[in-house]
Amino acid sequence: MIKSNSGIRKTDVINRRMFIIGAAKVVVFVGIVVRLFSLQINENKKYLTLSDKNRIREWKLPPTRGNIVDYFGNIIAGNLKVYQLHIIPEQVENFNYLLVRLKNLLNLSDKRIARINKLKAELKPWDSIIVSENLSWSQFVKINNYLYDLVGVKPVMTISRNYPFNDVYTHVLGYVSQPNEKEILENETIQERFVPGMKIGKLGLEKRLENHLIGTNAIQRYEVNAYGKRINQLEHQKGEQGSKIRLTVDTEIQKACGELLNKKAGSISVMDIYTGDIIAMYSSPSYNPNLFLFGISQDEWQLIRNNPLKPLINKTLSGLYSPGSTIKPIVALSALENKVIDTKFKVKCTGKMELYGQTFHCWKEKGHGWVSLKNAMKQSCDTYFYEVARLLGVDRLNITAEKFGLGKKVLGDYFDIEKKGLFPNTKWKKNNLGKGWVLGETLITGIGQGYIQTTPLQLCMMTAQIANGGFVVKPKIIVDSNPISYEDAKQSMESGLLFDTDTEELLDKKLFKNQKNIKIVQEAMFASTNERFGTSYKSRIDDPKYQFAGKTGTAQVKRISKRERELDLELEQIPYKDRDHALYVAYGPYVNPRYALSIIVEHGGSGSKAAAPIAKKLFKLIIDRHDLRNKQSNFERITV
Amino acid sequence: MFQNDRLSNEITLFQKIKNLDYILLISVILLSALSVFVMYSTDGGEILFHTKNHFVKLAVFFPLMIFVAFFNIKFWHNFSYIIYLIVILLLIYVSFFGIKSSGSQRWMDLYFFVLQPSELMKVAIIMCLAKYFHRLKIENVNSFTSITIVLSIIIIPIIFVISQPDLGTSILIALSGLIILWLGGIKIKYFIYSFFTFLISLPFIISFLKPYQKLRILTFLDPDRDPLGAGYQIIQSKIAIGSGGLNGKGFLKGTQSYLDFLPEKHTDFIFTLFSEEFGFIGSVGLLILYLIIIFRIVRIGAISRSNFARLFCFGYAFAIFIYIVVNLSMVLGLLPIVGSPLPIMSYGGSSMLATMIGFGIVLSAKINHKQIIA
Repeated sequence: MIKSNSGIRKTDVINRRMFIIGAAKVVVFVGIVVRLFSLQINENKKYLTLSDKNRIREWKLPPTRGNIVDYFGNIIAGNLKVYQLHIIPEQVENFNYLLVRLKNLLNLSDKRIARINKLKAELKPWDSIIVSENLSWSQFVKINNYLYDLVGVKPVMTISRNYPFNDVYTHVLGYVSQPNEKEILENETIQERFVPGMKIGKLGLEKRLENHLIGTNAIQRYEVNAYGKRINQLEHQKGEQGSKIRLTVDTEIQKACGELLNKKAGSISVMDIYTGDIIAMYSSPSYNPNLFLFGISQDEWQLIRNNPLKPLINKTLSGLYSPGSTIKPIVALSALENKVIDTKFKVKCTGKMELYGQTFHCWKEKGHGWVSLKNAMKQSCDTYFYEVARLLGVDRLNITAEKFGLGKKVLGDYFDIEKKGLFPNTKWKKNNLGKGWVLGETLITGIGQGYIQTTPLQLCMMTAQIANGGFVVKPKIIVDSNPISYEDAKQSMESGLLFDTDTEELLDKKLFKNQKNIKIVQEAMFASTNERFGTSYKSRIDDPKYQFAGKTGTAQVKRISKRERELDLELEQIPYKDRDHALYVAYGPYVNPRYALSIIVEHGGSGSKAAAPIAKKLFKLIIDRHDLRNKQSNFERITV
Repeated sequence: MFQNDRLSNEITLFQKIKNLDYILLISVILLSALSVFVMYSTDGGEILFHTKNHFVKLAVFFPLMIFVAFFNIKFWHNFSYIIYLIVILLLIYVSFFGIKSSGSQRWMDLYFFVLQPSELMKVAIIMCLAKYFHRLKIENVNSFTSITIVLSIIIIPIIFVISQPDLGTSILIALSGLIILWLGGIKIKYFIYSFFTFLISLPFIISFLKPYQKLRILTFLDPDRDPLGAGYQIIQSKIAIGSGGLNGKGFLKGTQSYLDFLPEKHTDFIFTLFSEEFGFIGSVGLLILYLIIIFRIVRIGAISRSNFARLFCFGYAFAIFIYIVVNLSMVLGLLPIVGSPLPIMSYGGSSMLATMIGFGIVLSAKINHKQIIA
């Protein structure tokens, strides 16, 4: 009995305690269900996102750059289909055999083969290796013919930058190439959109407008496994091509500039005197930007780099030259404005001028005799301008010159290589050279020599501002969202007010005190080109449609010694480096002017012989294209 | 009384089959079938190594369960100590001659089967303690001698298992043993005292843990500490379960497992895969299936006349419950990662063998529930 009693008591204990556990079990199970509920129902979205993040990986493809077009919509920087060859290592059966085959088919260098082997070791086996970035069509066909034997090789069609006009726009556009680490880090947009193989602007507008041109990446979404291997493609999201950018330039004129400066070092700039549109801006010699797209070869690079005519320098914006006699319109204007001289004022030129025992020569040894402003400008008499400069003083001259844009950047921040140049005054010399101004320096400044340094584009703008009646123009190379028509620009200028589209302010744009003075200078420049004995008389065009006014300049690169002056050597007898720079500034047509230009031929000799004839050829083309250009005013407007 | 005794001894095969617990049996069959499908999914929707092996093991061990069930519960009572001793000997054998794999030595090669004796111990310890308490007079339950003996029964196998090292299994063995102590009538205050002693000595225990075990605890406390290292398993598991949502991603469509983000998806993390593909509804359904099994076992215990069968069923039901809770808590990020399989669902022969033997004994208790063991 005791035993069975004990057994029953034991069973009771077991059952009672089991009941407690049973209750505990229910509680725990409920706890687990609650946890499941919170993960799967409450936080489902969060975990679904995380799961997608796990399994979906995006591959960015290089964006397609926006096109750059000229004023007429011709593509001057576009995109071209190129054929590339990729290898996907994991699909290759025999890597070494494949490389030998490719080496024979494509004439790959040993260095390239070594590079491919190195890439193979670095990359994951399913990442493709680019064997050749730019296959020729025949190579592409060849590869496709042998494809059965080239397992793991993938011919790919992709898009690359292309400059259809080759060297015509190099100094304006620059070029694109693979970015270096610094360039990626410096630009957030590039950093965000960077993909290996992508190219960015290295120079010129391609660099300046990078963020507009770059475009957005196309994105391919793949499902990947935990090791990063692509399992299947989920979607392809198209990228947007970069903005299209329309420039103010005219390719026909730009091309003509290149031909006119063929084999010469120099620069031509052409500008609309009312709108400030840059019609052409050519620096010679140029080079082919397409060479840089897939990495320039060492030989080609050395050829460009070592060319004595310095094709790498953008002479229009960063070439600094003494303006020579092309400064004389400004000197004359300044003197007239400051009432130092009037049209009746005359100076007797004897071929030289003595000052404090120093002799200042006129270019014409025999002298010009008594000359007035008009004749002095026409024949570019140095003596007259020595005297005018002496009377005027460099500081007053400096004020006028700076008003007309000398000593300042013309295109502002569009080109970081653009130089400011220099127009000296007494203060500048004191501050920078620590010496007092000497009167002799005023004299040579009056004929555009000495400290004065200008860029070709500055001279072009200076001429434009004289041509338009003495109003400020705002040079631009990009057609902005709100292009002002030539008529509107002219009208607002002549009313003395200019609406600045950037600051939205009406500004007083008058550069003169008395507009008669501008007229006097214009007439003098007209005489210089169109009247007998004018320095550029030989380059004149009589047809009033094309008739232009201009001023020649011959800038010494070196002091002429007495002996050289006596020898009076022919151009060919002087070493190239010592020859004068030939300059010419002009505007036309003379009646109702529209365009201004500046021409510089480095070491070309005299302005009248080397530079002015170029203007004659160019003006015909510029004026002929005038109507075409006017018709383009309703051209689709592109925002930058 | 004698009549009953004789009657139960003379049960025919037909009666045995009739007396099997069909609810339990059907639940186990359902679970087994489900496990094959899930295994098929872990193989990426193909019948590969794991699916085949899992199926073969089920095909062998399920009949084994029935075979075990046909032995009288008295037989299992009589052999409990011997079975316990045999498993202890196997543990000793393994600790000297066992197969090493990823840093631990837990397995022995039987040529046709790789056996993990510690899994068998999960059942053997319940049998051993159930027999001990069955025979112990209620007055002596809390005597010093009996407490010393039962603690030794628990501690001896744990020493071997912990030295393998295998923390997860030793915890499960300890919990299985402790529950019998609880059911057997050991005073509640002893449990409370030892719980506090455990808490106080926890820092010392932690100092004895292997570095990787410490790391697991730290990772559990903050899985984002090292998301690609130690925390990877917990994070990926939570992502898989959480992304399953209400209905799941669909059979064979669990991206986390299909794309190899899930670790150990065949074994300890099998529930994760299941939950990702079948969602909250599927997971709760699976839990209900387990609950049916557990409460069916409890019921069989409750109708058993002998305290051995009763203790074994209650203990085994609790053990199954603990396996499930520990495994689910682990994959749900509620407990640190300790190796513990989900019964029947996880790939692993020894665990399935032990589980099936356990079910077999439970079924034997059902068939012979009127059996009195002296």
